[in-house]
Amino acid sequence: MADLSTNFLGIKSPNPFWLASAPPTDKAYNVERAFEAGWGGVVWKTLGEAGPPVVNVNGPRYGAIWGPDRRLLGLNNIELITDRDLEVNLREITEVKKRWPDRALIASIMVPCDEESWKAILPRVEDTGADGIELNFGCPHGMSERGMGAAVGQVPEYIQMVAEWCKHYSNMPVIVKLTPNITDIRYPARAAKAGGADAVSLINTISSIVSVDLDNFAPMPTIDGKGSHGGYCGPAVKPIALNMVAEIARDPETQGLPISGIGGVQTWRDAAEFIALGCGTVQVCTAAMTYGFKIVEEMAEGLSDWMDEKGYATIADFQGRAVPNVTDWQYLNLNYVTKARIDQDLCIKCGRCHIACEDTSHQAITSMVDGQRYFEVMDDECVGCNLCVNVCPVDDCITMVEMTEGSDPRTGKPIDHDYANWTTHPNNPMSKQAAE
Amino acid sequence: MTISETNDVKAHRLSSEDYIENFSDIHPPLTQHEAFVEADRCYFCYDAPCMTACPTSIDIPMFIRKIQADNPVGSAKTIFEQNIMGGMCARVCPTETLCEEVCVREIAEGKPVKIGLLQRYATDTFMEREQPHPFTRAAPTGKKIAVVGAGPAGLSCAHRLATYGHDVTVFEAREKAGGLNEYGIASYKTTNDFAQDEVDFILQIGGITIENGKALGRDITLDQLSADFDAVFLGVGLPGVNALGLEGENADGVIDAVDFIAVLRQAEDLSQLEVGRRVVVIGGGMTAIDAAMQSKLLGAEEVTVTYRRGQEHMNASLYEQELAQTNGITIRHWMMPKSLAVSDGAVKAITMEKTALDASGKLVGTGEMVTIEADQVFKAIGQTPDAAPLAGVSVELEKGRIRVDQHRRTSHSKIWAGGDCVAGGEDLTVASVEDGKVAAESIHKALMA
Repeated sequence: MADLSTNFLGIKSPNPFWLASAPPTDKAYNVERAFEAGWGGVVWKTLGEAGPPVVNVNGPRYGAIWGPDRRLLGLNNIELITDRDLEVNLREITEVKKRWPDRALIASIMVPCDEESWKAILPRVEDTGADGIELNFGCPHGMSERGMGAAVGQVPEYIQMVAEWCKHYSNMPVIVKLTPNITDIRYPARAAKAGGADAVSLINTISSIVSVDLDNFAPMPTIDGKGSHGGYCGPAVKPIALNMVAEIARDPETQGLPISGIGGVQTWRDAAEFIALGCGTVQVCTAAMTYGFKIVEEMAEGLSDWMDEKGYATIADFQGRAVPNVTDWQYLNLNYVTKARIDQDLCIKCGRCHIACEDTSHQAITSMVDGQRYFEVMDDECVGCNLCVNVCPVDDCITMVEMTEGSDPRTGKPIDHDYANWTTHPNNPMSKQAAE
Repeated sequence: MTISETNDVKAHRLSSEDYIENFSDIHPPLTQHEAFVEADRCYFCYDAPCMTACPTSIDIPMFIRKIQADNPVGSAKTIFEQNIMGGMCARVCPTETLCEEVCVREIAEGKPVKIGLLQRYATDTFMEREQPHPFTRAAPTGKKIAVVGAGPAGLSCAHRLATYGHDVTVFEAREKAGGLNEYGIASYKTTNDFAQDEVDFILQIGGITIENGKALGRDITLDQLSADFDAVFLGVGLPGVNALGLEGENADGVIDAVDFIAVLRQAEDLSQLEVGRRVVVIGGGMTAIDAAMQSKLLGAEEVTVTYRRGQEHMNASLYEQELAQTNGITIRHWMMPKSLAVSDGAVKAITMEKTALDASGKLVGTGEMVTIEADQVFKAIGQTPDAAPLAGVSVELEKGRIRVDQHRRTSHSKIWAGGDCVAGGEDLTVASVEDGKVAAESIHKALMA
């Protein structure tokens, strides 16, 4: 049995599956249920400053997009940070941490961007016995209009400044939660590191309008005829999250900075991918909000089974293994040639590969051979783009096969086994000429 | 074997609830969610095989995609463009031998997209929402066309012609329009008077007049029609039925299955219909299955379908055969009717001779006899054309049916024909609709040339 336990900034948890700061972690009742279900850790829903709590809308807070059979693919929310009294939250955090000493319990915090506010709340959070804090610099809606959340996360200087305050006024590990609503994720990550933060977590939600009500001509969710952009999450955002995680993991300036991966984790496989890109833990919200807490069983057991199968004894054994393989386009091997291959025994003759290639790509797949409906790849036209693989409804029916000998019938060029990339390509005006 | 002396044929075999239950919709329509889920299964194939298999060439992937995109009304329009009787065809088409048989998901996993039910979802939604008629009639051309027979072929032809601005008069021998849709299809396939709703829908195009009670050869002649009109379309179906050729065929209880179905379809109160306790149906087509099923649903205890060849030769689709068997009907193959036992003027039993193929592949009796007690015997051994009304007009026939070219034009330059009455007719509603449509296009082209 693989060992799923993690040690993230010294914070131990029995598995890498944490619940992200969100509605599922807003109060002791939910968090207790999560721990009972087997979640390794919880980031408590974001605490605000003392005083009258924030208020939420009383109309719908969520919108969604769906796949077949109403499978939820993306969720959008306009909920704010916790709308419960700070005292109540702090008391519950204290109690829950006492009852569940083996689980990670992180407090998410968002207070106004001034030193006094942070100075005021940090000792109170520290008193709860929480394992660490996560700075919510990510929420793109509502709080950002008040100069918090993403409004801070979009200014690297602010990130650094607040991280410094947190390290100064507390002894807790500090995780900076990053917003994806920026142009280059490396800058806020570098700022967090420069401010002394111990880790980053990402991504927070993406600014979004999930749909427009065509009867009322208003964004959804609609509050009395109006809508506001919300934060988008769920399976649909995973590719964006993976890229941002990878950018930080391979940036020489932030290399080695611990990362807690967030964004569309639904199954053990998603989690394994985040970990392979360097994450020490993953955080989950939408999947739990869709199916309930029980899914952690599938995640933990699935990850363990896969690790057993692959011979990984601990999370560390494969953590970050994919990072060296993330590179810039310019370093991809231009001598690597693949061609699509259609397995005629598996082909059900739907013709989607043909029409996708014919209408939108390279005219490299037949529809008719000898008067029969027949789909096969013409190697002299196939650029190896993989579109046919992606549109084929049958698993493994079309595969990309590497050409290892002979010539590429499309270019007529012999297969070159040497690695060569754009930086040295003759068509590149910036190419570096080999010395004579 | 002793033959029972009591001839047990009576009405009121069931409770009134049972009649309602038995004759309710056999395939309840898909709900919106079910339709979305099913529509999502469609792969939107390139040059889709289902479309090729459809006799009317409905753009199936497109109508399904429109359902997916929550545009069922637009989906129905896509269907109606090719098949104005898309609603009825959704109910009666043997989809398992047409579109669904070639669905790539049938090939991939044995579970085709439920095209028939999706088509019904779209067309029913269109009807329920009381949409304006999906087609606009072109400016009047002044051309007049006579259509004989208000069945699927005739109405399809009339609609397409009316769309082009021609004036169409439909002559129909029966009281109601609809042909076999109204008189010849099992009632659980078309509930709530759908056949008449569809006729009303078709007539919304305008320019079509139906004259009921006008039979060719009795009230009107082909000679006169071809003189009075610019063109004539014959969609007269197959008015005759084959006889068993056995002594006692006129006895009480020996009934043509098509008559039985027609009476049942027109019955206001099904509990008034008499049915035997033991019913034997002779034949292997859809009519045989429909008659057997409806006998069973009326309360017959033992229903047996006998067919002179094997299961694989039956014209009824495998699906229909299984439906019958699931409903407790026995299907016996390789036997042909030999004699009827009649007493007091009513049938008591039928004796069948077992059959086999001889060395040359010819069907022969084996000499082995089987007697099946029966209070009613339904004959469903095929319908026959009636050439008499065509006499005197130079319309060539082929085995008694009207010969047409690929445009459904007969040997007479002003006469077109389609549906079951033409040579090569397929005995399918959808094929008749296609015939009418093709003929209308040809007539339009000829008249506007």
